Amino acid sequence: MSHSWALALVLLFATGAEAQVGSAIPSMPARSDSALEATTTMLASELRCPVCQGNSIQDSPSELAQEMRSVIRDQLRAGRTPDEVRAYFVDKYGEWILLAPKAEGFNLVVYLVPILAIVVGGVVVVRTVRRSTTGPAQGA
Amino acid sequence: MNWKRATTAVAMAIPVIGILAFGLTRDPKAIVSPLPGKPAPSFALSVFAPGEGATALNVGDTVRLADHAGQVVVLNFWASWCLQCRDEHRDLSATATEYFDKGVRFYGLLYNDQESFGLRWIQEMGGQTYPSLLDPRTRTAIDYGLYGVPETFFVSRDGRVAYKHIGPISQRQLSQKLDSLLRDGAGAP
Amino acid sequence: MTRLIGAGSLLLALGVAIYGALALMLGARRRHAGLLRSGQVAVYAVWALATAATLAMVYALVAHDFSVKYVAMVGSRATPLFYTVISLWGALEGSILFWIFVLTSLAALVTYQNRAREGLLVPYAGGVLMLISIFFLILLVGPANPFSAVFPVPPDGPGPNPLLQNHPLMAVHPPLLYLGYVGMSVPFAFAIGAVLSGDIDNDGWIRITRRWTLTAWMFLAAAIIAGMWWSYEVLGWGGYWAWDPVENASFIPWLTATAFLHSVMVQERRGLLKLWNLNLIVSTFALTILGTFLTRSGVLSSVHAFSEGPIGRYFLAFIAIVLIASFALVAGNSERLRPTGSLDTAVSRETVFLLNNLFLSAFTVTVLVGTLFPLVAEAIRGVKVSVGEPFFNRMTLPICAMLLFLMGVGPALPWRVASRDVVRRQLLPPAIAGVVALVLSLLAGVRSPYGLAAFMFGGFALAANVREFIDGALARRRAHGESPPVALARLVGANRRRYGGYLAHLGVLTVTLGIGASAMFRTEREATLRKGEVIEVGKFTVRFDEVTYREEPQRGVLAAWVTVLKGGREVGRMEPRMNFYPTSDQPVPTPAVRSRAAGDLYINLQAFEQDGSTATLRVIVEPLVPWIWIGGMIVCLGALVSLGGGKREPALAAARVRAVPPVRPTPVGLEEPAR
Repeated sequence: MSHSWALALVLLFATGAEAQVGSAIPSMPARSDSALEATTTMLASELRCPVCQGNSIQDSPSELAQEMRSVIRDQLRAGRTPDEVRAYFVDKYGEWILLAPKAEGFNLVVYLVPILAIVVGGVVVVRTVRRSTTGPAQGA
Repeated sequence: MNWKRATTAVAMAIPVIGILAFGLTRDPKAIVSPLPGKPAPSFALSVFAPGEGATALNVGDTVRLADHAGQVVVLNFWASWCLQCRDEHRDLSATATEYFDKGVRFYGLLYNDQESFGLRWIQEMGGQTYPSLLDPRTRTAIDYGLYGVPETFFVSRDGRVAYKHIGPISQRQLSQKLDSLLRDGAGAP
Repeated sequence: MTRLIGAGSLLLALGVAIYGALALMLGARRRHAGLLRSGQVAVYAVWALATAATLAMVYALVAHDFSVKYVAMVGSRATPLFYTVISLWGALEGSILFWIFVLTSLAALVTYQNRAREGLLVPYAGGVLMLISIFFLILLVGPANPFSAVFPVPPDGPGPNPLLQNHPLMAVHPPLLYLGYVGMSVPFAFAIGAVLSGDIDNDGWIRITRRWTLTAWMFLAAAIIAGMWWSYEVLGWGGYWAWDPVENASFIPWLTATAFLHSVMVQERRGLLKLWNLNLIVSTFALTILGTFLTRSGVLSSVHAFSEGPIGRYFLAFIAIVLIASFALVAGNSERLRPTGSLDTAVSRETVFLLNNLFLSAFTVTVLVGTLFPLVAEAIRGVKVSVGEPFFNRMTLPICAMLLFLMGVGPALPWRVASRDVVRRQLLPPAIAGVVALVLSLLAGVRSPYGLAAFMFGGFALAANVREFIDGALARRRAHGESPPVALARLVGANRRRYGGYLAHLGVLTVTLGIGASAMFRTEREATLRKGEVIEVGKFTVRFDEVTYREEPQRGVLAAWVTVLKGGREVGRMEPRMNFYPTSDQPVPTPAVRSRAAGDLYINLQAFEQDGSTATLRVIVEPLVPWIWIGGMIVCLGALVSLGGGKREPALAAARVRAVPPVRPTPVGLEEPAR
C-alpha cells in the first residue's frame, strides 16, 4: 500500500487541524456563563450537521460543526433569542437543518399520526376487551 | 378468499409503495439551498493569494462584497485538502480570465485550511488567476450555508445569490451560467 | 476458476430455487407426494449451491483473486486476514451473497426439522422461502453479481471501507443482523403457509412461528446492541444511538416482533388476536425488507449507508409484491381468523398484553413515520426536512415510560382474573420500589421529567420482575427444602418460557438504566492542549503527553498519548487515534475508551497540530454505559432460556408446578398453554 499517500493525507489533515487549533481558543466555553452554555448545547442538539448527514452539530466531531456551535454561542451572547438563532440557520441551510421539523402546516402530520395511532389503537383495545369479556369463568 | 377485504388491504399498501418509489427518484444529498434569490451575505475578507495579471490584488487587501454592486461575482469555496477542488481548478482559472473584461469578478474562499497550505497548493496547481481570500473561523462559509467543498456561488448584479453549484464545476457550466446572468442583467443600470 | 464456480453455483441455485418453489407450491396444491419430495430435495440443493458460492467468495477474498469484481472492490493485499474474511459482508454484493447463504441455510434447517410433520404447512412454507430466495438470487446473478469478471485484473484493491475495518465488532454486528433479519423470513413463511394450506385454525404453525420469531428477535436484539456498541467505539462522538434511518430500520421490525412475542400468548391461551398476530408477523417481515431497502437504495442519507447500490428498484418491486400478496392473502382470509375464545375480566394479564401491543404499535408507527416523513414531505411539499433525535426523543420517551410501567404490571397480574385484592397485593411492593427509585433519582440530581419517569417506572418494573424470581424460589424452598440457588435454577428450568421472558425484561431494564444514566449524567469537555497540559472532567484528569505516528500495513495510525489521573494518582495511559486509510479522504476517528462497571472514560482525538505540539481532545465521562451491552446480553440470555424449553416442556412443567403449593391465588399462570 502506498505509505507515502497515507502520509500525505496525514499532512493534508494536519493542515485542517492546525487551522482549527489556531481558532479553537475563542470557541472554548465561557465558564462563567453556564446558562449560555446550556442554551448553546440545546440549540446545537437541534441542528443537523451539514457535513456528516446524521448527527447534530452538538454531537459531530467535525470542524464545521465546532464552528457552528461557536456561531450559536456568539449570536446568543449578542442578545439573539434561540428562535432567532434557529431562524438564522434555517435561512442559510433550509428547513433541512432542523432535526425536529417545525410543528406547523404539513409537518404536523409527523406529530399527529403517532398520537392518532394511540387514540385509535386505544379505542380498538377497549372495544376488544369489552367485546371479549365474558365474565369470570370461576371465582378467583 | 374475501376479495373485497383483500382489495382494501392492497389499496392501503399502494401509498407506501408510491412514497418509496418517489424516494428512488430523489437524491437525499442534493439539498436545495434556500439562498438563491436572496441577497448574498456580505463579507469583508482579506486577500492571501493575489491572483494574476489584470485580476491581481495586493495581499492583505480587504475585499468587500458590497464594493461589487453592479458586477457579477463568482465565489468559489475551496481547500488544499479537498481532492475534488483539483478537478475544477483549471476551469475556474480560465473562466475567470475570460470573463474579467465583461465585469465578472472571481474570488476563491479558503475553507477550513491554513494560509501557507493554500499558497503551496496554488503553486502546485500552477497558479490561480483570481484572488483568494481567507475566511477566518469559516464564518462566511456558514453564512453561505456551506455543506462542503467545493461549492460555487454566483452573485448577480443586484447583489443576490443567483445560483449555487455543489461539487466541481466545469468551464462549460461556468460560462453557461455567467452568460445567462450577464444577459439578464444587461438592461439593468 | 473460482469465478466460474461461484457464478455457476448462483445461476444453478436460481434455477433449482425456481423449480423448488413451483414443485412445493404445486405439489401442495395438488397433494402430489412426488412433487413435494423433489421440492424438498430442491431446498437442500439450493442451500448446497449457495454455500458453495459463499465459500468460493471467501476463497477468492483470502486468495486475493482480483479478477473477481467483489474482491477488486473490497480486497487488498495489505488488509489483515481477519478483515479480509469479514469483508464478505462489507459491501452490497457480498452482503446479499451472505444473505442468501443464511436464508437458504434456514430454509434447509426448517425443512429438515419438520420433515416428519404431516400436512401442507411445511411444503407451503418451504415454497414461500424458495420464492424469497429467488428474489435474492436474481439480485446475485443480475445487478449485484459479486462474481463479475474484472479485466484487466488489477494487481491490488482498495481494501474494505475504512469504517468497517477499523473495529472487530464489524465481525459480529452484520452476521447477527442478517440472522435477525433473515430469520424473520421463517415465521413469515409459516404464517403464509398456514393461510395457504387452510390449516389456519390448527395452532401448530403458531408454535413454529413463535419459536422462530423468538430466535430471530434474539439475533436482532443482539445485532442492534452490537451496532450501538460499534457506533460508540468507532464514530467518535460518545453516543450509541442517533435515530439514524438505518438504525431505525433495524429497530422497527424488532418492535413488531416484540409485540408478537407478547400477543401470541393471548392467542395461545385465549384464542384471541389471531388476525392481529398474523398481521404482526407479515408486517415484521415486510419491515425487514423495507429496512434493507432503506439501507441499500440510498433513498435516505445515513451515516451507516455502506452498501448502497443500484438495486433499489429491485427491492421496491419485491416490497410491492410482498406487501400486496401477503396483505391480500391475510385480509382475504381474515374471516377465518375469528376469535375462538374470550377474556374473563378486563383486569388481567391478557389486558396488559393488549396495552403492551398498543404502545409497541404506537412506537412502531412513530419511528416508521418519522423515518419516512422526509420522503413524504418532499413528495408533498417539495421541501427537504429532517427528522432526527430531538423529534424521536420527544415522541417516543413517553411511550417508553408507558412500556416500562406495563413491564412491571404484566408479570404482577395473574392471567384471567385479577381481583382488586390481588392487584393491590401484587402491585404495592413494586410501587414502593418505584417511589424509592424516584426519590433516589431526584437526590442524584435528575430533573428532566422523562428521566424521572424512566427511573420510577424502571424501578417499579425491576421490582415486579425480580419479585417473580424471589417468590417462586421461596415457594420452592418451602415446598422442597431446596437451597436458594437450586430453587432458583429449578424454578427457571421448570418453566423456561416464562422466566426466560422475565430475564429478558431484566435485560431491557439494565439497558434502560445504562441509557438513562449515560444520557443524563454525561459530562464532557473539549480543549486544545499543549504537551503536559491537563483537562479535568468529572473525577478524571487527563494529561496530554505526545503525538506519535506509526504505519501499519493497511493504514497509518496517528495517536495522541494521554495519561489518566484520578484523585492525583495515575490510573493508566490511553491512546485516542486517527487512522488514515489510503482509500479515504477522511481520517477515521478511533476513540480510546476506558470501561469500568461504574462507567466509561471516552476520549476522542478531534484534531492535532502538525508538529505534535498540541492536540484537541474531547473527553467524555459516561456513567454506566457498559450496562447497555451487558443488558443486551441478558436479553439474549433470556431468549435462550425461553427457547430451551423443549417440546416435552408443557406436561413436565405442569406436573412440577402442581407440586408447588400456590404462592398466590392464581398459580395457573405457571403452565404452558394446554392444547
